[in-house]
Amino acid sequence: MAYQDVVAFSGIFGLIFFMVLFAGVLIYALWPGNKRKFDEAARMPLKED
Amino acid sequence: MTDEQPRAVAGTTYGAGALLILGAVLGLFLMARAADPVMGFHGFLFVAFCVLGVYWLIARHSGGDADAGRAAAQSVRYNDAVVRAGVVASTFWGVIGFTVGLVIALQLAFPVLNFDLPWTNFGRLRPLHTSAVIFAFGGNVLIATSFHVVQRTCRARLAGDLAPWFVFWGYNFFIVIAATGYVLGVTQAKEYAEPEWYADLWLTVVWVVYLLVFLATLWRRKEPHIYVANWFYLAFIVTVAVLHIVNGLAVPVAWSGTASYSLFAGVQSALIQWWYGHNAVGFFLTAGFLGIMYYFVPKQAERPVYSYRLSIVHFWTLIFLYIWAGPHHLHYTALPDWAQTLGMTFSIMLWMPSWGGMINGLMTLSGAWDKLRTDPVIRMLVISIAFYGMSTFEGPVMSIKAVNSLSHYTDWTIGHVHSGALGWVGFVSFGAIYFLTPVLWQRQRLYSLKLVNLHFWVATIGILLYITAMWVSGILQGLMWRAYDTLGFLEYSFVETVEAMHPFYVIRAAGGALFVIGSLIMAYNVWRTIRGDLREEDSVSSPQTIAAAPAG
Amino acid sequence: MIKHATIEKNSILLTVLVLIVVSIGGLVEIAPLFYLESTIEKVQGMRPYSPLELAGRKIYIRDGCYNCHSQMIRPLRDEVERYGPYSLAAESMYDHPFQWGSKRTGPDLARVGGRYSDDWHAAHMKNPRSLVPESIMPGYPYLATTPLDYALIAAELEANRAVGVPYTEEMIESAEADLKAQVDPDDDGFDDLLARYPKAQVRDFDGDPEVISELDAMIAYLQMLGTLVDFETYKAEDNLR
Repeated sequence: MAYQDVVAFSGIFGLIFFMVLFAGVLIYALWPGNKRKFDEAARMPLKED
Repeated sequence: MTDEQPRAVAGTTYGAGALLILGAVLGLFLMARAADPVMGFHGFLFVAFCVLGVYWLIARHSGGDADAGRAAAQSVRYNDAVVRAGVVASTFWGVIGFTVGLVIALQLAFPVLNFDLPWTNFGRLRPLHTSAVIFAFGGNVLIATSFHVVQRTCRARLAGDLAPWFVFWGYNFFIVIAATGYVLGVTQAKEYAEPEWYADLWLTVVWVVYLLVFLATLWRRKEPHIYVANWFYLAFIVTVAVLHIVNGLAVPVAWSGTASYSLFAGVQSALIQWWYGHNAVGFFLTAGFLGIMYYFVPKQAERPVYSYRLSIVHFWTLIFLYIWAGPHHLHYTALPDWAQTLGMTFSIMLWMPSWGGMINGLMTLSGAWDKLRTDPVIRMLVISIAFYGMSTFEGPVMSIKAVNSLSHYTDWTIGHVHSGALGWVGFVSFGAIYFLTPVLWQRQRLYSLKLVNLHFWVATIGILLYITAMWVSGILQGLMWRAYDTLGFLEYSFVETVEAMHPFYVIRAAGGALFVIGSLIMAYNVWRTIRGDLREEDSVSSPQTIAAAPAG
Repeated sequence: MIKHATIEKNSILLTVLVLIVVSIGGLVEIAPLFYLESTIEKVQGMRPYSPLELAGRKIYIRDGCYNCHSQMIRPLRDEVERYGPYSLAAESMYDHPFQWGSKRTGPDLARVGGRYSDDWHAAHMKNPRSLVPESIMPGYPYLATTPLDYALIAAELEANRAVGVPYTEEMIESAEADLKAQVDPDDDGFDDLLARYPKAQVRDFDGDPEVISELDAMIAYLQMLGTLVDFETYKAEDNLR
């Protein structure tokens, strides 16, 4: 594999991989159905000791 | 299931005893066949470790359960004993690590303090300092807090009976092996990965058990969700395992000798080392301590984290960006350009998740800002998040190649590291220790909140002295190295730039001394709290925080 | 029962996802370095360390010299003028691990070889401030008084070969003889040593011919740093990357 191939590969693959991953994380975090779950989770440390 | 436990415990006790005896035999064998004196000494330490372990097992078996009394008060029988041990160890190693740092800072200001002996020169003591603060202090804080947080947020007792103790003692034994090795001249010469192959192997075993204890506790949880702090702890444990194993690959010179040669050479070893080194920062000193932030800040502020959604985005973006950032330690070196550019790009992008996390931590206090005035522990936690924000802004700036051409090889890097290490890691750990001590020892509150306040100010002034001195000396030296006179010659010889550093090295040592004093104040406060003393003082703190503490 | 299983799976899933995310970064960044031919330049003159130099390098590592001295000259005008031609990847190809360093509390040492005399180094190691009053370097007087322990030198070479340094069987067998020959110009092994390790500098380095001291090894190592690559034949354009 030559230098140029590495550049092309990391450019295209990196862009797609990170866009997909980031979109996935955002969708998961902002999905309305998950809101109740997250609110519950956020209160977990405060429940008792 | 609970009925079976006593029998299982006895079984594992015999198993552990057998393993320890086997270990003692191995240690004796190493002593007898050691290829060099240090391996003989470490073999002896291993024998001592195993013998003490057997003694501890017997004492433990015949003694009662110290936690039995309080167990009735808890809905879950938490394993607090190992967390208590971790808090004590953290405080101890913190004082040691900061003090060694002060010593080497003074050596740079006054070289006569090297005493020209093998065991006391800067070159051997500097790894002792970095390992003592990162791995001994930071590592014990991470193990203790992760064991505490995973139990409370899963509402389940820590998995395993002896396994958590093995993690604690095994890890601290690793520290002793590494530290004594450095002083006696045993090192792999890779920054923050100096321990030699046999210490690395031992740590691998300890770490795998740590991961299993953590995972198994998650499996026992009675809550439907895995709280986000545990995500950060898990990422820290898993990634550090990967980094440690890959970077540590080496071929020993002799099976009974201390020396080894890294599997990687030159440019590859440089990139793998800084892939390791930067992620030691990213996953050990950041992800792990973010786990602390996401539990202890809501706890001390008595309100849930500002945005749980943001914490999820924070988590994934942080871990997938951090892992790429290593090459910024190798700008303009013989590392190929494409790798340098990649490292710089990801380092700059890292600013985003870092500040997302900072905002999330700070905003957790929204609506409760008055606590900053009344509660010195929350003040410590908040200032740590502020330092986190500052150093994660400075880091991306320094990773820009043009800036790096000036800052690299200078004290600016040292200043940057310490604004993160003293300000962020140090203060968030102190906050966690101050929170945990009354909870774990079931005290009404800390011995003295005024002393916490004093610690806060002494240490903060120390940090400010430290990092401002290093900014000035770093930038000054960088500029002096590249200064030209009117005839086009280099203006300063190297040693002139060293001479110019002296006043800043003195100021830095003064800042470090203040930080050490702060840690001693904390150690005193923790000790008195454990003893059950309460200092009579007017409320620095609001009544609510006092009331909250003993609930645990 | 089923519910418990899915919960368990979640933490495993989380672990696996974390592993995938962090592995990809490492793999994409690190793996190409091993098979891209342009990573390490083609140069003339690089050879593995001679046994004495390797022993010196070990002392350099043992006493933590890398904490204050870099061995990596960057291609910046002031560095090239101060220290010499910028460092090539090829120059550390036999360094397990690299000694590039990260901090210049003291000057770069990548091309310190031949810059100072042996006497200077010997005096400087014993007491740096006797020669450079402003220096903040620790003194290492014990190097001169400690005999070099080379009992395992053949094993050292062998371990290096195991990780890819091209030491031959002959080099390993004659490691101890080569080590002794390098501090004694009258030694019979002189020609063999130079045949095996071209450009090796042969002399008594520490000024004390009676013993092979740690200082002998240390100075031998320092005096060869950056001297191997033949810059007459090296063409940077051929190695664009």
